[in-house]
Amino acid sequence: MEIFIIIIGAIFVNNIVFSQFLGICPFLGVSNKISTAVGMSGAVVFVITLATLVTFLIQEYILIPFGLEYLQTISFILVIASLVQMVEIILKKITPSLYQALGVFLPLITTNCAVLGVAIMVIQQNFTLGGGLIFAFATAIGYGLALILFAGLREQMELNDTPKAMKGTPIALITAGILALAFMGFSGLV
Amino acid sequence: MNQLQNFTKGFIKESPTFVLMLGMCPTLGVTTSAVNGLGMGLATTAVLVLSNIIISCIKSLIPDKVRIPAFIVIIASLVTVVQMCMEAYLPSLYASLGLFIPLIVVNCLILGRAEAFASKNGVWSSFVDGAGMGLGFTFGLTVLGMVRELLGNYAVFGHKLVQGDGILVFVLAPGAFLALGFIVAFINAIRKKA
Repeated sequence: MEIFIIIIGAIFVNNIVFSQFLGICPFLGVSNKISTAVGMSGAVVFVITLATLVTFLIQEYILIPFGLEYLQTISFILVIASLVQMVEIILKKITPSLYQALGVFLPLITTNCAVLGVAIMVIQQNFTLGGGLIFAFATAIGYGLALILFAGLREQMELNDTPKAMKGTPIALITAGILALAFMGFSGLV
Repeated sequence: MNQLQNFTKGFIKESPTFVLMLGMCPTLGVTTSAVNGLGMGLATTAVLVLSNIIISCIKSLIPDKVRIPAFIVIIASLVTVVQMCMEAYLPSLYASLGLFIPLIVVNCLILGRAEAFASKNGVWSSFVDGAGMGLGFTFGLTVLGMVRELLGNYAVFGHKLVQGDGILVFVLAPGAFLALGFIVAFINAIRKKA
């Protein structure tokens, strides 16, 4: 039951894009087409889950025993950057087809603050390893959901006749605002 | 380009918040009030100025292939310093900015300036560029914070102008997107006419 609450909370109630404002740059940047949004979502789910696992272990077995908690930010971002690079190399070697689908998005993920944000949130909210991984996975699914929903809306919006000054980013931001309003309907669910 | 133009470009022409759309996460996340926006902007400015200075000093020592990881290490160390100072001297601001302080590391504005400017220019121009861009970012965040606070709470910098609750949605998450969207549209409309 508790797991169910974590999952619903992370996907809908505290959606990482619409209520926490993490990962907005790629959210606005790669949401022009549904196909790229799907690719990016896949890469994000993969990297967030993996990064949370690794950073959790580093925090628990290296930083805390040696009293180095203040190195959290530096060590996490370095680990995430090298992890992304490693995932890229491994995917290229083992499953070229998956690499074709996710490859272009991987370098973008290092600067996606959602990855570092989730890794730090898991530590701050005192999750266990299992709970933290479920939380990270569900949050990433929530990110993917937001990205794909938004890409679908933007594809339709291309065909609309928007006022000149609103074209591009402004109308995208306003759409995101309305979508965030819709997501507010989930608050109080958990 | 002279130093004055170099300094002022961050405010209007290349405003990170309203034109380049860089560093969107803190822009939307912390601007529930003008004070928070100002605090976040100044913290980012401090990191940006110092990282620009350091990177332009050691740019010839960093091998080209590992420059991005090297920049990230420099930025992350500076963020940790800022984080610790803030926790010690401004605990209430630190609490309200929360997660977004460590996330200054992945603010694309800072890495972007390091890569596009500080790694190619001298120390003095890098300092001016960092200060201009940082203060431009601060300006953008403060304006957005003021608009949201004014509409959502009828207040400016915490001082109530009109009694009452305001349009609550502007302080909540959706208001961030809506307010920024309308401000950017407004600026676009002026730029197109001029």
